[in-house]
Amino acid sequence: MTDPLGTGTGPRSPEADTKRRSRVLMKGNEAIAEAAIQAGCDAYFGYPITPQAELLEWMARRMPDLDRVFVQAESELGAINMALGAAATGARVLVSSSSPGISLMAEAMSYMAGSGTPMVLVNVMRAGPGLGSIGPSQSDYFQATKGHGHGDYRVPVLAPASIGEAMDLMADAFELAERYRTPVMVVLDGILGQAMEPVELRFRNPERHAFDWALTGAAGRPARVIKSIDLVPEVLEKRNIALQRKYAEISRQEVRWATERMDDAEYVLVAYGTAARVARSAIEKARARGIKAGLFRPITLWPFPSRELARVARHAHAILTVELSSGQMVEDVRLAVEGRCPVGFHGRMGGLVPTPDEVVGALKALHGKVERTRERDREQQQKRHAGRSEVQSGHHHAAVALPAERTDRAEIGARTGDGAREGAPAGTRDGARR
Amino acid sequence: MTLDPNPELPVRARAPRLIYRKPDMLADRSTHYCPGCGHGVVHRLLAEVMTELDLPAHTIAVAPVGCAVFAYDYLNVDFVEAPHGRAPAVATGIRRVRPEAFVLTYQGDGDLAAIGTAEIVHAAARGERITAIFVNNGIYGMTGGQMAPTTLLGQRTTSSPNGRDAALMGYPIRITEMLAQLPGVTYAARGSVADASLIGKLKAMIKRACLVQIEGGGFSLVEALSNCPVGWGMTPQESLEHLKGPVVAEYPLGVIVDRGVVAAAGPATEPGAKPGPATETGATPAATPVPAPGAAAVPEG
Repeated sequence: MTDPLGTGTGPRSPEADTKRRSRVLMKGNEAIAEAAIQAGCDAYFGYPITPQAELLEWMARRMPDLDRVFVQAESELGAINMALGAAATGARVLVSSSSPGISLMAEAMSYMAGSGTPMVLVNVMRAGPGLGSIGPSQSDYFQATKGHGHGDYRVPVLAPASIGEAMDLMADAFELAERYRTPVMVVLDGILGQAMEPVELRFRNPERHAFDWALTGAAGRPARVIKSIDLVPEVLEKRNIALQRKYAEISRQEVRWATERMDDAEYVLVAYGTAARVARSAIEKARARGIKAGLFRPITLWPFPSRELARVARHAHAILTVELSSGQMVEDVRLAVEGRCPVGFHGRMGGLVPTPDEVVGALKALHGKVERTRERDREQQQKRHAGRSEVQSGHHHAAVALPAERTDRAEIGARTGDGAREGAPAGTRDGARR
Repeated sequence: MTLDPNPELPVRARAPRLIYRKPDMLADRSTHYCPGCGHGVVHRLLAEVMTELDLPAHTIAVAPVGCAVFAYDYLNVDFVEAPHGRAPAVATGIRRVRPEAFVLTYQGDGDLAAIGTAEIVHAAARGERITAIFVNNGIYGMTGGQMAPTTLLGQRTTSSPNGRDAALMGYPIRITEMLAQLPGVTYAARGSVADASLIGKLKAMIKRACLVQIEGGGFSLVEALSNCPVGWGMTPQESLEHLKGPVVAEYPLGVIVDRGVVAAAGPATEPGAKPGPATETGATPAATPVPAPGAAAVPEG
């Protein structure tokens, strides 16, 4: 199977082009692999682990046919360090694994962050801790966003909510990695890796740049060294300050999120990945029961869209965070909200996924609690300021609509929820700060 | 026309004759190594061999964790730093995307024979076309002289203060012999820095290992037995005597395997080798070495 999708990189016939634009049913892991290939991935290193093994298998079939590098390593340690070596020469490198394997890769991630080695790492998350199970999970949020390995570093973390979006984000991930000389993570839960969705075969191969740091042999120039060590504290601090500047720049430039049904929303669900898909269904059910709910979906888990969420929180009655975990992202949600409104949480663990009805139940409970509180506040306020009739809550209803500037922003992830939202609400709005 | 300043001397002595020149690959700076340490000798040999083979300009080398972590400060070639033990995996990644490069790893015994055993075994098993320099001084030098897997039985270290006891701490590991059993390994040899003669032989081994890679062979490895006067609690001279005595008794010198370069690229296959385990007894595989230039005869120092 030289070209299973008719998506080869060589000259194409018009027929092939038509085929290329058509929608096909693809498994998440395979779609991601193909998107990486089409994004110019030079080398893939991996190790079998469920639920990401199809990604490795797709690469094993495709990469040698394209005269590119595929190596099944002896371990995740081997895979990530092969990636480190290949990436140090300026190659576009992909590694994938699932949660326990990512733990093993943490060491090299720290080295790569410290030495400025670009690479894309896909984590198809499964339930933990330990060996856990092979069921889907989002319990690696802390690991992904708060640092996998040792030291003061961050990596951009992209979290698609559909297979189509995951495909788009692969090219973006390589671009981010090379622009900022950093590892980039793409995190999916096991469902997105294993599920099949109709996707458009639309690919992007980011422009290549000449790297003035890549190891190519020191012919005609001084030798280059890619390293993270510096035993002189002052020098190492300088390196760290430079890293932090880079992270500040990424935080300014690369925040991504999407919103849905937010125009009149009083209750905001915050969720990413599969949890966002569940939330989407829950929102429809909640609205049918009179709760005006909307979705705020972080696409970059780091940098977290804190400012944007804070803006939403200013006008929301309450926020409910939904995760496939014990509650990890909810900590960042609370940090962003800073008490502007109540923040609730609903999650399942162990490879289970919350049902829309469960989420609606949690939302109703939160709604009831908020309404009671608001009622009490209203009564107290009326007692205190008997002469003033205007109640605070009226303001909330009036100002839920998002600031107009959002609509000016570039749309990204135009295939958000591509083909996967049976009966999904129209009007997904994606925001990206550039 | 210039006047001869010493007309009475024989002509041979008067003509300027270059007998040794520091290779350009060796940086013009003093090293951080302790007095008497063997790393400097191995660095110099590498620089000499690689310069002779015209390799520095297209070399990508991998630095270890341990005393030689700063190898890139002394060897003027492109270097990437690997996490502890992972140099062979890092080198694999380089090799696969840069088929034209000369790929070198430099590791100590803690790095290669303890924390990095999986990486070295599998790089060797895959027959990666890389050259591994393995400096074995039987101790963790940089961290203060703790026991390594290569530490001799009875040897006192800061983590085996009463001497290495086999019942509690196991036995020294001859990893080069272990690796030599893998068909992916084209060349494996053990030399020593103990004296000038041995240093000459070690240089020939390093040269052969480099040539294996240049000629398209598989994995090549040279173990250099070295001393650690500080970690061993000896004077440099005592440490060299120790190296020639008890250390060599545990780790015999010589070419352990030379399967010769067969394929133009990729893993070397042993001509006429039987499938399955090469050695049931654990002895060195009885390969018929194909003599290669400069390999068979180790020059006298």
